[in-house]
Amino acid sequence: MPRRDDIHTIMVIGSGPIVIGQACEFDYSGTQACQVLRDEGYRVVLVNSNPATIMTDPSTADVTYVEPLDLSVLTEIIERERPDALLPTLGGQTALNLTMALVRAGVTERFGVEVIGARPEAIETAENRELFKAAMADIGLGVPESGFAHNVAEAIEIAERIGWPIIVRPSYILGGAGTGIAHNAQDFARLATEGIAASPVGEILVERSIAGWKEYELEVMRDRHDNCVIVCSIENVDPMGVHTGDSVTVAPAQTLSDVEYQAMRDDAFAVLRRVGVETGGSNVQFAVNPSTGERLVIEMNPRVSRSSALASKATGFPIAKIAARLAVGYALNEILNDITRSTPASFEPVIDYVVTKIPRWAFEKLPGTSSVLGTRMQSVGEVMAIGRNFAESLQKAIRSLEQGRPGFAPGPNREFADLDDDTLWHRCVVATPERLYALHEMLWRGASVEEIAARTGIDVWFIDQMAEIVIRERELRDADVVNFDARTWRRYRQWGFTDSQVAAISGTSVELVRAARTALAPVTFKTVDTCAAEFDAATPYHYGTTEDESEVRSSNKDRVIILGSGPNRIGQGIEFDYCCVHASYVLRDMGYESVMVNCNPETVSTDYSTSDRLYFEPLTPEDVAEVVAAEQAACVDGARVVGVIVSLGGQTPLKLAHTLGPELVLGTPVSAIDAAEDREHWSTICNDLGLRQPPGDVAVTLDEAIEVAERIGYPVLVRPSYVLGGRAMEIVYNEQSLRRVMNNLTGAHGALAREGGVSATRPILLDRFLEDAVEVDVDAIRDQSGDTYVAGIMEHVEEAGVHSGDSACALPPQTLSQSVIATLHDYTRRIADALGVVGLVNVQYAVKNDEVFVLEANPRASRTVPFVAKATGVPLAQIAVRVMLGQTLASLRDAGVVPATTPNPDYVSVKEAVLPFNRFPDVDTILGPEMRSTGEVMGIGESFGIAFAKSQLAAGTGLPDSGQVFLSLADRDKVGGLAIARQLLDLGFTIAATVGTAGYLRSNGLTVTTLVGKVGLADLGADAVTLIADGAVQLVVNTPSGGDAMVDGAQIRHACITHGVPCLTTLNAGLAAARGIADTRTHGWRVRSLQELHG
Amino acid sequence: MTRTQSVLVLADGAVFEGYAAGYLPDDGVTTGEFVFNTALSGYQEVITDPSYAGQVITFTYPHIGNYGVTPLDDEAVRPWCRGVVVRDLSARPSSWRAERALEPFLVERRVPAIVGVDTRRLTRHLRAHGALPGAFGHAGTNAVAAAAATAKGTDGMDYVSLVSTPAAYERGSGQRHVVAVDYGIKTTMVDQLAQRFRVTVVPATTSADEIRALGPDGVFLSNGPGDPAALGQYVREIEYLVGEVPIFGICLGHQLLATALGGTTYKLPFGHHGSNHPVQDLATGRIEVTAQNHNYAVDPDSLSAVVSHRNLNDGVVEGLVAPALRCFSVQYHPEAGPGPHDARYLFERFESLLRGEDLKAADATT
Repeated sequence: MPRRDDIHTIMVIGSGPIVIGQACEFDYSGTQACQVLRDEGYRVVLVNSNPATIMTDPSTADVTYVEPLDLSVLTEIIERERPDALLPTLGGQTALNLTMALVRAGVTERFGVEVIGARPEAIETAENRELFKAAMADIGLGVPESGFAHNVAEAIEIAERIGWPIIVRPSYILGGAGTGIAHNAQDFARLATEGIAASPVGEILVERSIAGWKEYELEVMRDRHDNCVIVCSIENVDPMGVHTGDSVTVAPAQTLSDVEYQAMRDDAFAVLRRVGVETGGSNVQFAVNPSTGERLVIEMNPRVSRSSALASKATGFPIAKIAARLAVGYALNEILNDITRSTPASFEPVIDYVVTKIPRWAFEKLPGTSSVLGTRMQSVGEVMAIGRNFAESLQKAIRSLEQGRPGFAPGPNREFADLDDDTLWHRCVVATPERLYALHEMLWRGASVEEIAARTGIDVWFIDQMAEIVIRERELRDADVVNFDARTWRRYRQWGFTDSQVAAISGTSVELVRAARTALAPVTFKTVDTCAAEFDAATPYHYGTTEDESEVRSSNKDRVIILGSGPNRIGQGIEFDYCCVHASYVLRDMGYESVMVNCNPETVSTDYSTSDRLYFEPLTPEDVAEVVAAEQAACVDGARVVGVIVSLGGQTPLKLAHTLGPELVLGTPVSAIDAAEDREHWSTICNDLGLRQPPGDVAVTLDEAIEVAERIGYPVLVRPSYVLGGRAMEIVYNEQSLRRVMNNLTGAHGALAREGGVSATRPILLDRFLEDAVEVDVDAIRDQSGDTYVAGIMEHVEEAGVHSGDSACALPPQTLSQSVIATLHDYTRRIADALGVVGLVNVQYAVKNDEVFVLEANPRASRTVPFVAKATGVPLAQIAVRVMLGQTLASLRDAGVVPATTPNPDYVSVKEAVLPFNRFPDVDTILGPEMRSTGEVMGIGESFGIAFAKSQLAAGTGLPDSGQVFLSLADRDKVGGLAIARQLLDLGFTIAATVGTAGYLRSNGLTVTTLVGKVGLADLGADAVTLIADGAVQLVVNTPSGGDAMVDGAQIRHACITHGVPCLTTLNAGLAAARGIADTRTHGWRVRSLQELHG
Repeated sequence: MTRTQSVLVLADGAVFEGYAAGYLPDDGVTTGEFVFNTALSGYQEVITDPSYAGQVITFTYPHIGNYGVTPLDDEAVRPWCRGVVVRDLSARPSSWRAERALEPFLVERRVPAIVGVDTRRLTRHLRAHGALPGAFGHAGTNAVAAAAATAKGTDGMDYVSLVSTPAAYERGSGQRHVVAVDYGIKTTMVDQLAQRFRVTVVPATTSADEIRALGPDGVFLSNGPGDPAALGQYVREIEYLVGEVPIFGICLGHQLLATALGGTTYKLPFGHHGSNHPVQDLATGRIEVTAQNHNYAVDPDSLSAVVSHRNLNDGVVEGLVAPALRCFSVQYHPEAGPGPHDARYLFERFESLLRGEDLKAADATT
């Protein structure tokens, strides 16, 4: 009996903003689920606060709420929409936790909503470690010895029983937040305290540490007839002790004999059955003792996860899609395998290649962090690479990371060549993002495979494969590569060496290598088909390798290649994937074949059903050139590659534009992209147009920089060219700081060392920084006829100087005068004309005293494109693609695709950034010119205040509606702070303030209830950290100044993160919060779907 | 390691380049019928499975040998396959169970190999053209091609007499006695039986009278290599036993039982070889993920027995049951060595049959 017809409306909960531990994989799974459920004829109601997702596109679900993922908001939506069922298993831990909250609050029962996919009891058993442990004991499976504690004393008692080392894991957390390993009582007490605070239920698991054991994960599907299959096995290269999300992982498992694998498979099924996951996908994690084979169950997730996204991409088995079908009653054998389209989904995929995943971290953006990896996940993104063997996939994955490394074998520039052996051993043994490269150096120096394996705990098989790569690298050093025969070329290609790698290692030019290699060992593209070629594959999902036969099918349709954005990182994330996916959708609508190239396994763009063809490949010049060549070769009957879209995936594809033929780059020509990036060229354009810019210049050396700064005057904004997300950007107030910043940037091991360093063509940019200006972002589209559509004007909440990606912003703008807005329209058009933009352009402005300054222009999709699309109901990315392919805005206006004028909605949308500080307790939370947010949320309301308040709740720290506000303001902010204090007092809040702030407020006649002294010195008043910890403060406004107060501020902000108290670090955010609280009090909130808003 | 160049040529002339590995035969040529196996693990069990007699096994998973070999995983006293085709043969094994690497094992057990082959292209070729005879080796393309042109497939071949045990032996100590006819029996199969019964494994040539004389409570018909249509002499002995004693057959045993029940067999284009085949038990509707290794199958139209299991990929008959005759059999490998354990319940079914319980047939008979 297939589909259930007793339910009609199904609610799907998304996972909210991108945070560490929960990224775009849930956009992928949620989007698949919505599509499948609608295909099945259900009405789908979707809730997600993240505007940058494909799932929140108004066309993905029937009803779409971009609202905070909060119990009361969801209750209101349920009351409004009356779903029959709620599917909680596709929105990560967020959706699971919210569902449990709805169940506990009786909401599901009150409105007769059935939880499908996983029963609440099953979720409880899997998530509650005590219940899980008991369940495993029931079925005779081992788990590490452990106990639960709700306070430190209990924790210590358990620890003494188990013995060191011990791992601490808080209950109900995602991505292992608050988890850590302690080797002594002192570390343990600190971890236990943090863990109890991090857990929403104030509980931690204190457990025997099995660091060093091998770690595996099985992805399991189960249907309601109890049919179970394993979709994929995954083996971690990093042994137990490093969070799976931070581990290099490989699929399928490489070092398990069939006997061991089948026993593990049996265990995985037993776990699902005992926990009671009736339908859908789950993963079960195991630890295996490498010397005895002893196997322990570590955990299971009764839902789709990051690793199920990886497993889906690694095998071609779409776990989320099938889980959604299983949840509405289908059995596995009633669902067709998407790829073969002839065999059922009730099988176990087999693959004939190796998949390697490597995480990508952002420690360079988070000074003060140690970059040591542990049981707490810290990575912000990941890449996946497919190769015919491990070596090829490892080398590919490393170059997919876009960190300037050509592969595992670096050639002459060995980054750890200077380290002494002891230090190098330390770098091999302690897991950090650089461990792989330290291993290379160790092997290069001749350390034995056995010794490395023994000291690192990394399986000898993996080390041996790496050692083989190093042997090949040595051979290449002295090889006469241009005279290689076909077999020899093939051999090196199969160990994963690219032309540029061979060239660098052998000291030959890339051109010579390519010329010699191409005819003898051409790159071939194989197919991911779930079945190792046993059946014909209908879905063209390819990866490159060097073999006999290529499988790209010819076609007679014109095609367009879209270059994706690679791994998620701070500054380049899901927003760009959104744009690329939209490009693919519209290209297919327009009758082109869409061809996607990307290497990020989390995304919708790497769902093989998004585009006509998917190439899961690194975004490097060489790999992309091979894809372009393969597509050109596959054109028949006059079809052609119309072009390559480089402007929708962020900086990654833009950097590749130069390596493609200019005739292939669609939209804005490469020369215009350069013009916007080239300082002098850009200044000339602004001067010619008569637009004001903050004074500035470029410098390559420190002396030049000092000279420029003196000329333009401090404060100065310093940043490198060609980077995204304000990487390494700083504001300096004097020469001393400038010297420090320049040294950091230009040094041999500086921030830019691996990205080509600083040079005349990639100089450092210096600009006068405008203090107290309002920053504005404008997104626009220009067509070939010179017509420009200004799509959205966003006013930042935080003042200029805070990176636009970290700043909240409002659409429509809230404080700009009509004349300023008219100027912004005018400037944007003129800039777009002058640059010759065809497609999207984003211009940033600073507005000070009604005067408009141009900061920068980027002729490409900006981070705000999806936000503007959702705030105005206009599909920006799709329009941009149409324009790039020659359609005019006039014709699109006629067709009703583009509005006649810039929309001016009668509601306000606020975008708020979500920052990862809860993961990095040692990092200060002050916002600055370097972007550090991982994701964003959107609040929509009738007024700015309500939209802002919603955005705060959506970002995880809702504003209070009563209680005490703690104000600690820098001197320059005290005047402005008065307004905040007055408004909050009017709303019935009491005020706590630091001595200085309190004095100022009192002198202006305001009542300060609590006087706060210096942190740790209770002589003058209450201790700020204690107040926050005790729950005596519900909101903190702390604007930074210098000196001691800075240190105090950092402690205050840290305490807020730990205890979940909203903490605003700019005056404007404080003002916005006061308005938000007032408007919420006066008007209350309403939820409205995007479909209602866009009418 | 520097390897000698090797070449693989199929009977239809397709050529694949690689390097010689494993055992190097003096004449530098190995012939056989080329098949592919898609299992991700279990290479040692596959290589030592006697059902592969006369065949060259192409492993679709590229890395073979990762966890070495151990005597614990041998499915027979020696491999009977002709050779193996591998993309990447691991030099260094990693497993606490491993006794040594795969390659020295291949050398010692005289299994020639060709490595570095585009095994995906070979698999696609076999999928399109069916299992093909061919040859490989380091003797040079001409010599190998000449051997390929005259190489034979398994049609009409009796490999059973080659691989069956020369003498009977006993295993297990259960209450009931099972005589297992060895057409090429796998060790895991013997182990599964011996966990439940006293088992006498007898040569394939053992007559019905000789089996009767052992006084079995049940007879088990094992897997084995080759073309069932060429094995009429074994079928005749089974015919004598049908109805007299409960019978359970696996793989070749299933095909021989079906033939004894009046059925016929046919050759599949490229067979089923792997550990991921979905099979549905038609009586319960349940799905088993199964290990399979067969090139021939039972024609359902020819059967007097009831079809009990079907392959969900292509509808091939995977099991049959004759309740009145107390016989049942499956085409796939419930003993699972290698492969999933989903179907091990069939050994329990055999046990309950011997206890006197009835077999149930599915309602659906087609």
